[in-house]
Amino acid sequence: MTELGTLDIRHINKRFQVAGDAFAAIDDLSLTVEPGEFLSLLGPSGCGKSTLLRLISGLDSDYGGEILLGSKRISGTSLARGLIFQEHRLFPWLTVEENIALALENSQLSVEEKRASIAGHISLVGLNGFEKAFPRQLSGGMAQRAAIARGLVNRPALLLLDEPFGALDALTRAHMQEELQHIWQAEGITMVLVTHDVDEALYLGDRVVVMAPRPGRIRKTVDVDLPRPRDRTDVAFSRLKAEVLLSLGETG
Amino acid sequence: MSRLEKILGSGLVFPLLLLIAWDLSIRHGLLDTRIWASPEAVVATAREQFRDGSLLTALGASLRRDVLGLLGGGFVGLVLGAGLGTIRLLDDLLSPLLNGLKHIALFTWIPLMSIWLGNDEPAKIAFIGLAVFLPVMLNTYQGVRSVDARYLEVARILKLTRLQTLRRVILPSAAPSIATGLRLALIYAWLATIGAEYLFAVAPGIGSAIMEGREQFRMELVLLGMGVIGGVGFLFNTIANRMQAYVLRWQDTN
Repeated sequence: MTELGTLDIRHINKRFQVAGDAFAAIDDLSLTVEPGEFLSLLGPSGCGKSTLLRLISGLDSDYGGEILLGSKRISGTSLARGLIFQEHRLFPWLTVEENIALALENSQLSVEEKRASIAGHISLVGLNGFEKAFPRQLSGGMAQRAAIARGLVNRPALLLLDEPFGALDALTRAHMQEELQHIWQAEGITMVLVTHDVDEALYLGDRVVVMAPRPGRIRKTVDVDLPRPRDRTDVAFSRLKAEVLLSLGETG
Repeated sequence: MSRLEKILGSGLVFPLLLLIAWDLSIRHGLLDTRIWASPEAVVATAREQFRDGSLLTALGASLRRDVLGLLGGGFVGLVLGAGLGTIRLLDDLLSPLLNGLKHIALFTWIPLMSIWLGNDEPAKIAFIGLAVFLPVMLNTYQGVRSVDARYLEVARILKLTRLQTLRRVILPSAAPSIATGLRLALIYAWLATIGAEYLFAVAPGIGSAIMEGREQFRMELVLLGMGVIGGVGFLFNTIANRMQAYVLRWQDTN
């Protein structure tokens, strides 16, 4: 794996032109994410959380301020920074196996190492037996698992997740959250998860950063000092949930 | 569905009835045999032409033109369509001209082509290539242009090079559209092959065989030629269906 480094987001400003007017999607936002940390970015739609993730991924480089990873300024996309989208975005013309293999197209691994790594990641997300399936043959949850395997196969130091379970039913979502936690614990990857689901943010995050919209900014940071795996019915969990919900409901 | 409906709906009934009507009309002198050959005469001619090899020679010559034109025109169309679809400058530079060219009916090129390339094989193959080029280019262009931007973002996340993105993302995503272009090209190529044989210098070919039949007032030869042309077209279509179904097997067919 690429050497971990601190993700340092400094004074980010991001503007969009909407009908000729400049609209501030993110206003002077600063945030530090430690190596190996699981950070949840929580907020209502329009608070700039997905925009921030795109900036960190390097897909969008038109912003003010700077983003450093391991004290190096990020420029463009990098295999050290993986991104999982809300829709799986698997290529429909490739099988599960081929989709994951495409992520290794420019990797230095030998053919044998690639094959082992692909097989290993298919097992990791529990898709054994579906290697040769096309995306249209998979359920939503299975397709999202394949997308996670594709995001992990390069062993990124940082994995960005943009509401990855937003389109799944509640049961599948809870199951996938557990699996993601296992992967995070096993691989020691820094993860930044964007979500609008309070339970999800608290269940997975070491910290929950609550964002506010218009302009997008940080309203509050909540440390989640609860042992894992967390119990959603636990009193301490409920107390944190109330605290987060309260800050989400604040205006101004 | 009842059995009767099934039999009627099979698509074979009506042609068979026509065949019977044709045969009966000849037998009862309702059709002038000078301009209407009998089914038996067509079959006899087919047998004779097959035995002395002239049918296969003609068919072989036509298929050779068809395939060469398809390969040439298809290759140029594919490369240019993909180029115009991905390189902005090339698009701005060439697209207006090419979009104008498509309005010039195919057969109006024949005088120019015969002056530039003569009346023999090169001119015929170039003519077929031209017929193939336009549908392939236009559909490739369309397909390449309409690739989902979200897939291109994934390509950037995976750090694919421009060439890898073209080969692994853009072209597969355009494949349904390219297939449509190639299907059209297959039809146009066969059409242009017969047209070229009518309009350029006489040489062996299935279209030439029909012309010969007309000149000699051998209606059975004309009908045989038409039957063979239709049969080849049908065969091409069947092969194309199979290939398309395989190449696009990833698509949702529901």
